[in-house]
Amino acid sequence: MTTTTMKNQNQVALTRRQFVVSSALASGGLALGFHFPAAAQSNELSTLGGSEINAWVVVRPDDSCVIRIARAEMGQGTHTGLAQLVAEELECDWAKVSLQTFTPGQNLARKRVWRNMSTGGSRGIRESHEYVRQGGAAARIMLLQAAAAEWKVPVTELSVEKGVVTHAASGKATSYGKLASQASKLPAPDPKSIVLKHPKDWKILGKSPRRLDTAPKVNGSLKYGIDTVLPGMQYAAIKACPVFGGKLVSFDASKISSRRGIKAVVRVDDESVAVLADSFWRAKSALEVLPITWDFGPNGKESSATIAERLREGLTSTNNVFADIDQGNVAEAIQGAAKKIEAVYGTPFVSHACMEPMNCTARVTADRAEVWVPSQNAEASLAALAAVTGLPLEKCEAYNPPLGGGFGRRGGTQDYVRQAALIAKQFPGTPVKLIWTREEDMTHDYFRPIGQCRLVAGIDAKGDMVGLHLRVSGQSINAYVSPHNIIDGKDRRQLQGYWKDPGESQLGYTVPNLKVEYAMRNTHVPVGPWRGVNTNQNAIYLECFIDEVAKAAGKDPLTFRRNLIKNHPKHLGVLDAVADKGGWDKPLAPGMFRGIAQFMGYGSYTAAIAEVSIKGNDVKVHRVILATNCGHAVNPVQIASQIEGSVAYGMDSLQSESSVKDGRIVEKNFDTYPIARMYQMPKIESVIAPTYDFWGGVGEPTICVVAPAILNAIAAARGGKPVRMLPLKNEGLRLV
Amino acid sequence: MLSLNINGVNHSVDVEPKMPLLWVIREQIGLTGTKFGCGIAQCGACTVHVNGEPVRSCSYPVSNAVNQKITTIEGLTSDSSHPIQLAWKALDVPQCGYCQSGQILAAASLLKRIPKPTDKDIDDAMTNICRCGSYQRIRAAIHMAAGTGKGIGSVIHYAGPGAANAKTGISTDLEIDH
Repeated sequence: MTTTTMKNQNQVALTRRQFVVSSALASGGLALGFHFPAAAQSNELSTLGGSEINAWVVVRPDDSCVIRIARAEMGQGTHTGLAQLVAEELECDWAKVSLQTFTPGQNLARKRVWRNMSTGGSRGIRESHEYVRQGGAAARIMLLQAAAAEWKVPVTELSVEKGVVTHAASGKATSYGKLASQASKLPAPDPKSIVLKHPKDWKILGKSPRRLDTAPKVNGSLKYGIDTVLPGMQYAAIKACPVFGGKLVSFDASKISSRRGIKAVVRVDDESVAVLADSFWRAKSALEVLPITWDFGPNGKESSATIAERLREGLTSTNNVFADIDQGNVAEAIQGAAKKIEAVYGTPFVSHACMEPMNCTARVTADRAEVWVPSQNAEASLAALAAVTGLPLEKCEAYNPPLGGGFGRRGGTQDYVRQAALIAKQFPGTPVKLIWTREEDMTHDYFRPIGQCRLVAGIDAKGDMVGLHLRVSGQSINAYVSPHNIIDGKDRRQLQGYWKDPGESQLGYTVPNLKVEYAMRNTHVPVGPWRGVNTNQNAIYLECFIDEVAKAAGKDPLTFRRNLIKNHPKHLGVLDAVADKGGWDKPLAPGMFRGIAQFMGYGSYTAAIAEVSIKGNDVKVHRVILATNCGHAVNPVQIASQIEGSVAYGMDSLQSESSVKDGRIVEKNFDTYPIARMYQMPKIESVIAPTYDFWGGVGEPTICVVAPAILNAIAAARGGKPVRMLPLKNEGLRLV
Repeated sequence: MLSLNINGVNHSVDVEPKMPLLWVIREQIGLTGTKFGCGIAQCGACTVHVNGEPVRSCSYPVSNAVNQKITTIEGLTSDSSHPIQLAWKALDVPQCGYCQSGQILAAASLLKRIPKPTDKDIDDAMTNICRCGSYQRIRAAIHMAAGTGKGIGSVIHYAGPGAANAKTGISTDLEIDH
């Protein structure tokens, strides 16, 4: 194991310690909680006074078990869910489980024994369930072997429950805490020899133990990245050129340098300037009045109108278009159809708006660089830090406290890490806490990409859909943040949910003549993954249009969908589940209208029913029933949390917009950018309908069906008149 | 020097009178449970009590707080035993948790004013933003803490492993009112 010595350790006066948040739980009153490295001066991860059985499990003499977690917790409950996976196989006492996170430096020092730390794409559990369960199982096997060796009995004669090992024949019993030291010295079992438990034998998985991280969230004691405090720390406020792609020309520091607490005014990079002060408010207040000259460049002429025009061109153009699906003869089928239905839908840029604004604390010296940053991918934070400082990875470290929201914003891009490191580099040894104002956060996001979609369908005399031509024209996330994912010029990611291949984001409908195309039309506005990513826009386009086609065919929207979806039993299953629990066939109160939608994303099948009423221009959503088949349901009550949260996040698709004027984002704060509030929330019911034959995601998949279900209910309430160009305010409507 | 009473402790701070109370609490006093969210009194993450009334501290000059009784999340109770905190834990309300200090202080203030709030009272008082969308559980937890007996919490249709319907593979037989 390697140890990195810090030259400046006397200066920082931080001791190597584990920050422990403990809480007395009502059940048993044991101290539980988290252990995360506040500032490790070594790449060696603490064993917290216990014995490390393997990378995933530490057992302490008091029988408590520490489970190591690689993924970031940002509210989605993955820490508790991942701990359940390990604990199930470990056969430990859940009431004695606590969690420990680690740094990317510690992961690298052990040759990435904990594998991927990246947390996005609803992958936390579905991608690592197997190896973390194997980690728990391997530890159990070693603990049992230690008991067998001590008692000189065959290991097959032992049984274990809640960390207590017994040998029935002799009546001997012991516990994990007593076996840990010996077990930690045993060789690890061959992973191929490990047989994981059958779901019917699960005791902790599929149940709903409470989250392990709630207690410090109700008394203010949980330290988020923005709460980082280091000795001698200074605060930085930053302003990037309001027009994306514009440049910083100059600033007049003399106008603010005599203000109280101001330490420095610095150029950060080609496009941004920062003020350093002894208080964030002083830094930000000075920055507000700093005279700055920008070169806005050609993008200063861009607006929502110019962007919309570019997207419209892509709807029918023959340039820079590719077909991901082209089966049968769609043109002929629609030409010869009894009825042709055509529509163009549009969805705007929207902002992540994490409640904790972007922030990063950095400390850089000539031979050591550290950041404290809320990150969905601490390894990406580390890489960004190394790139900016020019230091090798082993001389860098990224500490990753819990996140005040992530939603895709805190993944691969790490712009705030770059900025903080660039500032801190100019003040060697001085810790700098960079905080973005909300205005900076909302105008320099990596927005959900803007798009339009043209859909044309043909139905025959019986009302069956014989042809569907769907073309998305809009901005590409990959082109902006990960061009290597565009293979042969084809960016399939923008067609998420329309894919023919099963498993991830499969189209559930079968249409004999089908063409699905994407016309990449990029803008100067940065885009990135936004919780649910392209399923959000694509579900709106298709699911609202299907209602239009069903209406033209004179068919009930559920019946019409059931007929189209019958070749895909899992899509059908979840649609039927939501129809059943949502009472689709039951009459509604006068003035109430229903809408339904289904879609697939992140390996899970989802469907929703919304019930709304409209009074004048006021849309009231009364009830939403959301169903998911996520394969296995690790913690149903936490899945329900995610489903309930989906409704609020999905409402952005209806009421929010980051519009563009003079090349910059217009909506700068919550006074102009609406976020779902308590009064707008419907009653939400969660239908968790697992089929136990695959592992799907939970954090994102249910968001995309919220907006189309509500939109279809709105259309029903308006006599079939759809809302095609979002947000709702374009039609004079608002959510109340 | 300004004199402040925060959570029953007197502090003297040497700051500009117009510095928002939020930044004094976080940076001068060092209590970080009160959060920065928007800076314009929109989101409520910075909610504290001033003489028992909820105040958005990001837009509240510290000079207004002199000689007032300020309570932050750290001072609501010493052991997380406020009925609101107990209900929050019982229903696992927080997701990311960042807004919850403000939500809890807003809810505690509501119960003080209206011991048995209606849904409409909750809608009117709870204007804080929760980006994770924990609203349904916040509402349920307020009803639980108030003992109104009409808290609709999470409605979950879920049957558990082994109960799969043979025909569709979908199991939705049980209903849990969590």
